[in-house]
Amino acid sequence: MAKFRIAVHITPRKGLLDPQGNAVRDALRTLGFKSVKDVHVGRYIIIETDAYDAIAAEETVTDMCRKLLANPVTEDFDIESAVHA
Amino acid sequence: MKFGIVTFPGSNCDYDAYHAVTEILGEEATYLWHKDHDLRGADVIILPGGFSYGDYLRAGAIARFSPIMQEVAAHAKAGGPVLCICNGFQIACEAGLLPGALLRNSHLQFVSAEVRIRVENADTMFTNLYERGEVLRIPVAHGDGRFVAKPDVLDQLEGEGRVIFKYADASGNLSADANPNGSERNIAGIISEGGNVLGLMPHPERACSPLLGSSDGVRLLESILARVAA
Repeated sequence: MAKFRIAVHITPRKGLLDPQGNAVRDALRTLGFKSVKDVHVGRYIIIETDAYDAIAAEETVTDMCRKLLANPVTEDFDIESAVHA
Repeated sequence: MKFGIVTFPGSNCDYDAYHAVTEILGEEATYLWHKDHDLRGADVIILPGGFSYGDYLRAGAIARFSPIMQEVAAHAKAGGPVLCICNGFQIACEAGLLPGALLRNSHLQFVSAEVRIRVENADTMFTNLYERGEVLRIPVAHGDGRFVAKPDVLDQLEGEGRVIFKYADASGNLSADANPNGSERNIAGIISEGGNVLGLMPHPERACSPLLGSSDGVRLLESILARVAA
């Protein structure tokens, strides 16, 4: 077993109304960033876990996303490659 | 009849529910702690409002892993009545007892107000003392009350008569103005496929006395009594 660190990105599902993202987008435009097109606000989660190898660690974290970290109705998730912690 | 009211860390409407059941309805109620493993003989379960586990991760996401929720899920599966109010509705969606999800209000503000909801289906164990189309005055208090589901799920819910309440104006018209949180199709409350799990964002237990401005919530509790006792 080795220790791995994996970062998870959770984002609002595309196409669903994202009022928080819209509010941040509008604030950026007000600040003068007129070129900003779209903003989405999600969550960034860092998980450290023991696993036999990086692939096993990524599989475990994918399972965690499906079962708890992301809401399957409203959110998408993406996991980064596992690195040795 | 015995009501079991679940208290999670962060629940804050459990006392309101207890008061409504014992003082208004005149029935027996018991608090069920989130770590409990049995329902103590309760016939009806109430998942009350509040901010269980501080709404960490997502509203209701952590509460569904409480030991008591295993028992509540088994009770629901066996056809037992479960009334899920506000945070309870969020927990029920996270637990898969009801479809869809509740997201941040579209205007991003916490809304604490009396709203009007129209009864869409009066043939359920929770609404049999109302008339279809009747408009009720019930308070809401939430930041994450925008009901969303895939269009085919919404169609199915409506087609099967499982949308129980919709936000409406005083005349019963559905409009964006009457919708306090941006919920899809003005949906305020839905019921499970088996008809025994009701989730709604408004608080019927806070509309149980003229002193509180409305008694329109009383018949919801009385409906359960009428149906379950029958």
